[in-house]
Amino acid sequence: MTGESLHLESVAGLVRGLAERRFSSEAVTRHFLDRIARLDARLNSIVTVTAETALDQAREADGRIARGQPRPLEGVPLLHKDIFCTQGVRTACGSRMLDNFVSPYDATVVSRLRAAGAVMLGKANMDEFAMGSSNETSFYGPVRNPWDTERVPGGSSGGSAAAVAARLTPAATGTDTGGSIRQPAALCGITGLKPTYGRVSRWGMIAFASSLDQAGPMAVSAEDCAHLLRAMAGFDERDSTSMNRPVPDYVAALEAPVDGLRVGLPREWFGEGLDAGVAEVVESAVAVLRELGAEVREVSLPHVGLSVPAYYVVAPAEASSNLARYDGVRFGYRCKDPRDLHDLYVRSRSEGFGAEVKRRILIGTYALSAGYYDAYYRKAQQIRRLIREDFLRAFETVDVLAGPTSPTPAFRIGERTRDPVSMYLSDVNTIAANLAGLPALSMPAGFTAGLPVGLQLVGRDFDEGRLLGVAHRFQQATDWHRRVPPGFE
Amino acid sequence: MQWEPVIGLEIHAQLSTRSKIFSGAPTAYGAEPNTQASLIDLGFPGVLPVLNEAAVRLAVRFGLAIGATVARRSIFARKNYFYPDLPKGYQISQYEAPVVVGGSLTIHPEGGESRRIGITRAHLEEDAGKSLHEDFQGMTGIDLNRAGTPLLEIVSEPEMHSAREAVAYMRALHVLVRYLRICDGNMQEGSFRCDANVSVRPKGEAAFGTRTEIKNLNSFRFVERAIQYEIERQIDVLEGGGTVVQETRLYDPDRDETRPMRTKEEANDYRYFPDPDLLPLVVPEAMVEAERQALPELPEARKARFVEDYGLKPADAMQLAFDRDTADYYEAVARVCGDARLAANWVNVELAAALNREGLDVACSPVSAERLGGLLARIADGTISGKIAKQVFEKMWTEGTEADVIIEREGLRQITDTGALEALVEEVIAANPKQVEQYRAGKGKLLGFFVGQVMKATQGKANPAQVNQLLKKRLDE
Repeated sequence: MTGESLHLESVAGLVRGLAERRFSSEAVTRHFLDRIARLDARLNSIVTVTAETALDQAREADGRIARGQPRPLEGVPLLHKDIFCTQGVRTACGSRMLDNFVSPYDATVVSRLRAAGAVMLGKANMDEFAMGSSNETSFYGPVRNPWDTERVPGGSSGGSAAAVAARLTPAATGTDTGGSIRQPAALCGITGLKPTYGRVSRWGMIAFASSLDQAGPMAVSAEDCAHLLRAMAGFDERDSTSMNRPVPDYVAALEAPVDGLRVGLPREWFGEGLDAGVAEVVESAVAVLRELGAEVREVSLPHVGLSVPAYYVVAPAEASSNLARYDGVRFGYRCKDPRDLHDLYVRSRSEGFGAEVKRRILIGTYALSAGYYDAYYRKAQQIRRLIREDFLRAFETVDVLAGPTSPTPAFRIGERTRDPVSMYLSDVNTIAANLAGLPALSMPAGFTAGLPVGLQLVGRDFDEGRLLGVAHRFQQATDWHRRVPPGFE
Repeated sequence: MQWEPVIGLEIHAQLSTRSKIFSGAPTAYGAEPNTQASLIDLGFPGVLPVLNEAAVRLAVRFGLAIGATVARRSIFARKNYFYPDLPKGYQISQYEAPVVVGGSLTIHPEGGESRRIGITRAHLEEDAGKSLHEDFQGMTGIDLNRAGTPLLEIVSEPEMHSAREAVAYMRALHVLVRYLRICDGNMQEGSFRCDANVSVRPKGEAAFGTRTEIKNLNSFRFVERAIQYEIERQIDVLEGGGTVVQETRLYDPDRDETRPMRTKEEANDYRYFPDPDLLPLVVPEAMVEAERQALPELPEARKARFVEDYGLKPADAMQLAFDRDTADYYEAVARVCGDARLAANWVNVELAAALNREGLDVACSPVSAERLGGLLARIADGTISGKIAKQVFEKMWTEGTEADVIIEREGLRQITDTGALEALVEEVIAANPKQVEQYRAGKGKLLGFFVGQVMKATQGKANPAQVNQLLKKRLDE
């Protein structure tokens, strides 16, 4: 591989090439920094480029490789979603509120990837506080979809998805509260995995909805996601909700055969609102799984239709509390010349937060209010249990569930901003996995009208290895994930 | 009309853990502002709480000591409100499912009947920081050292009917938490503070009157006076045809009155919900068992034993038993000297006075229990008198030596030789013929004068009982 096409290398390919010293991490890192400098103006996918530290880390990696002490991701560059705290680097979470916030510590995801030898290129743009499905709520402006820059990349991990799709980075981290990894992965034509709740530590990941938030990898292929997840996952004593169970070798598990795999198609994901082009792509992707030896059958998740309303109670409720700490007192945005305490609060929060964040704080505050708690929050938690039971029942007869990640391909920038509910419905198929805590992946399944379509796979608790394995087999039989957006070759 | 006050107390006891309830930062009091606060205590973006097991253990201990149910599963909840000294904008507390449920406490109101007061619940929560209003010229300083300090909030049933009972309850709880070593009880530093809910109702009526809550009472005296004031105020309002407003009030000790707290938030809605960052607290059976095994003899039981086994008066027994260090000290003294009542008297009077004079805790007494026991053994076996013993005690206190060393060095052994004492008695009688005449004429009180003369001649070393006996015998001849 020549220097000009280093960006077409997979994570796995980079690991091998670096180990064999076919190229240096410094050269790889420079190549991506150069692409970012040249091409990101079209996308606005990256809010902070940490070129100097990236090059320092790359040279350190080259030293380790030269001494024969490479770590699993030694010298591989990547981007972090700007929701992860990075020591000494601005961590703004897409918000004016944190525009001036330089984190004094690293998130566990960041320190684990760093400990595995990865090089940080910078921080990816995102919807403000991860609240959005189009990356239009960012204080740093919308991210554009590299397949059509008039269209959204999805959200909230839109910057990560667009940057990976445009090959500005080999991989990126993302977070997923209601689909924020999978939906942008689908809309940008890349692979993204939301692990089981508790698989990856939330320490240092700025909280949106704590019981739903989960960090995961975003990359071109399932194999690359496996490389990242292996480094990211694991128990963390600083996160009480992280699970203390061993991390399997996701890379080694990729080769498991698909033969005899039982795939369920929840009929609720194939009904009203599904774009015909998307349906067609998903059908042919399912056909590929069949050809690979999978048994496909229809299943039902009877309560899954309640996902969106339940989610829009639970997530804003938790968010309304999680975002109370942004009060202008200790860090972050503070209004000019507050008259008194009340004025300090009101103006700092009114000026520091954007409209979507404020909308969700209001919804959440309302849902938790005395007299409404039982009708909303408690009811939503009950629905959550019903949805999880639906999945567990389905998993008695099938091993994974498959369906369209998003009912439509990427929509136009501005198309849904005035109608929040239409925006929220963009996550109608992804939210249930968060409510149930289950692992779910989106992978490129084909194109409709020139836009990528994602196939979502949902698995049992801690069955990330199987999801990655199925996706890997699929990707060995297809090349959708290798397609590069025109202009970014 | 006869009014009956109804009082319930919420007491916040700071748990004596080394680190905070959800972070590893130290809980030490009095450090420079904001030096004991970690990123977690400061509520930084992305941080998460991890429960301190030690705080749970102390809560379990308390639950066992009051005969409560220790919940196998309890839930941490967020209490949401904005205040600058509340970094996250919510306090992590327990709401629907507290760790300790039920239980009771025996109280001894001054001049009243002892009785049991029910405890509704006790739950774990974190403390907030402090707002500093001085020294910042129109601004408010925030010190977050205290933020995240573990608290046990202990809620009583509304079962007290006078300020005196309320104080007695608070005292009993104060005794207990220190006994259990779960709280240092330091009220000046805010380790033990009280909110009082007060209402009044016509005597004999079952329904409660409208209550007010008096916040942040941090001394027994203030609790008593604030409640007393509030009871009288409410009765005045009702008798004047008015109605009591449900509100939060503050006690002003300078004016000895309660006043409504000025606050912008009218009806506070705390929007409690289970904290998604913390799993339900499941108390392991092994922890409960270990705490049960390690539970010390409790103050009430110890007091009863002191009365029963040592023949002490209930008041003396209470004074000794209600402080664990004092009780331990006392029992060691009694064991060494072999005279439990003598030991009780000395610990409660002489030792207490000396400690008080120097402002020391019994645990820091310069005279150890073993040495005090050694001294009292010399009274018990007649080597020295009680009066001489006080001199010896003073020397032991300052020099840190054993009683026997001082007695020998100073020649303080009691004179018990009958021959020597008879000679002294003769001398005194010979030197005071006038008094002898008066005594014999019926002025019996003069016996004390003669005893005094003999004691004076021996610098107090004569055995007083013996001198008494000899004088009486000689004068009554």
